Amino acid sequence: MLIGRPAGIRPSEITPETVFRQRRTLLRAAGLAGAATLLPRAATAADAIPARYRRLPGIRRDPSTTLGAPNTFAEVTGYNNFYEFGLDKTDPAENSGQFRPQPWRVAIDGEAGVTGSFDYADLLRPHPLEERIYRFRCVEAWSMVVPWVGFPLGALLKRFRPTSRAKYVAFETVYRPEEMPGQRSRTLDWPYVEGLTIAEAMHPLTLMTVGVYGVELPNQNGAPLRLIVPWKYGFKSIKSIVRISFTERQPPTTWSAAAPGEYGFYANVNPQVDHPRWSQATERRIGSAFFSPKQPTLPFNGYAAQVAALYRGLDLVRNF
Amino acid sequence: MPTLRQVRRVWKPAVFALALLPLAGLMAGATGVRSLTLGANPVEAIQDRTGLWALRLLLLTLAVTPLRELSGQAWPQQFRRMLGLFAFAYAALHFANYLLLDRALDWHEIITDLTKRPYIIVGASALLLLSALAATSTAGWRRRLGRRWQLLHRAAYPAAILVCWHFWWQVKKDVTEPLVYALLLATLLAWRLRRHLVRSRLPPA
Repeated sequence: MLIGRPAGIRPSEITPETVFRQRRTLLRAAGLAGAATLLPRAATAADAIPARYRRLPGIRRDPSTTLGAPNTFAEVTGYNNFYEFGLDKTDPAENSGQFRPQPWRVAIDGEAGVTGSFDYADLLRPHPLEERIYRFRCVEAWSMVVPWVGFPLGALLKRFRPTSRAKYVAFETVYRPEEMPGQRSRTLDWPYVEGLTIAEAMHPLTLMTVGVYGVELPNQNGAPLRLIVPWKYGFKSIKSIVRISFTERQPPTTWSAAAPGEYGFYANVNPQVDHPRWSQATERRIGSAFFSPKQPTLPFNGYAAQVAALYRGLDLVRNF
Repeated sequence: MPTLRQVRRVWKPAVFALALLPLAGLMAGATGVRSLTLGANPVEAIQDRTGLWALRLLLLTLAVTPLRELSGQAWPQQFRRMLGLFAFAYAALHFANYLLLDRALDWHEIITDLTKRPYIIVGASALLLLSALAATSTAGWRRRLGRRWQLLHRAAYPAAILVCWHFWWQVKKDVTEPLVYALLLATLLAWRLRRHLVRSRLPPA
């Protein structure tokens, strides 16, 4: 499927490929006398993917989606929210070392012809992996561009033959307080749950994600299996999924249960609808220059052309 | 016990230097290359750390009087103005970072924040109070204002309450950290309330 060029990524933001390809050469030149060790993390990060991460084979790169200038590997894996590992944005990277993403099974239940417990490898086997470079917008008004690896969620869901009563899809994160220190305090009502309408779940942009930067997902980014819904605030993109349920009714979601006035079920990125406590009109692109202003937030995070039709007739202010 | 001379020559410069350390840490992180120590979001790191140090120094300032009375020593008094001014300085840096780096002087956004966002209104009110205290902190102003100076500088209490409130309101979910500071402040204010009640019960001399 041709997804089309996402709006809002200016050509000038994209590192020319010739320069991009020269990174190793430039770094090697700079690395005289071991100077590379003195360089800040971020400068080397695009190259420095630690060897412990397994490279994913056979990734297709669809040029229509590879348009952004991605954040570095260090930024993507060192600054994010994953409350199961702590509240600070460096906590997931620091506290996820004990987490064991394999072996992994996912329960499929609810309004579907095929249900049961499935092994991770069996879930993935029929699906060719693709790289999708997506904008990622956190509800806290910061954003990144991330080269995810995965396959359309819809292709996976169809294998379970959802029935006509399947109006929503609910997701659940693993509950392992012994491996996830954040789950030992009752910050949120564990396990974390999220949900999509069936139309959102079947949309070709909705990515069942297994990797980032060509390697399998690091623990802190939701290993081994997470959702990426690029037109919604990041908290909708649930991590470390162990259950997928087809439901007739709108399923509960963790953040809207925790603060119903602040987080809704839809959580579409929308510069017109502020968070009750802060503005959503602009966002800080992580990795941007020190004095660069915040950039304007785009409706549906820049994917309006692809997804706005899903919400025709829906009051997006009320259904925030 | 330190003599007044020791306090002035040794301890005050030492505390002065200590109070500058958080700023030095931020400068090292900011002028080194991005991400050296300030992480992936340096603007947010500066915002958080300057705010936190403003609050910590404000609580230290409010701890001076209880410490002086409980210890029966006069020397803690020597540090009160300096600590208060440092609290104000970090609060001012916090606000400057918000204006310059976070909002990049986008006045439309800034005015919206200052009129619409409760936690920002609360924080700005605290800064306004602290500015008045900083401006009148000199010996000259103290003399000129006489008894009213004491009254004016009790604004440090509502300012500290506003700062805790501001912290509490901007946290997304877990309020443990602002709660710790709020409890410390409550302890300091409760001590003052108790002292006030005890004193007012004393028969007139």
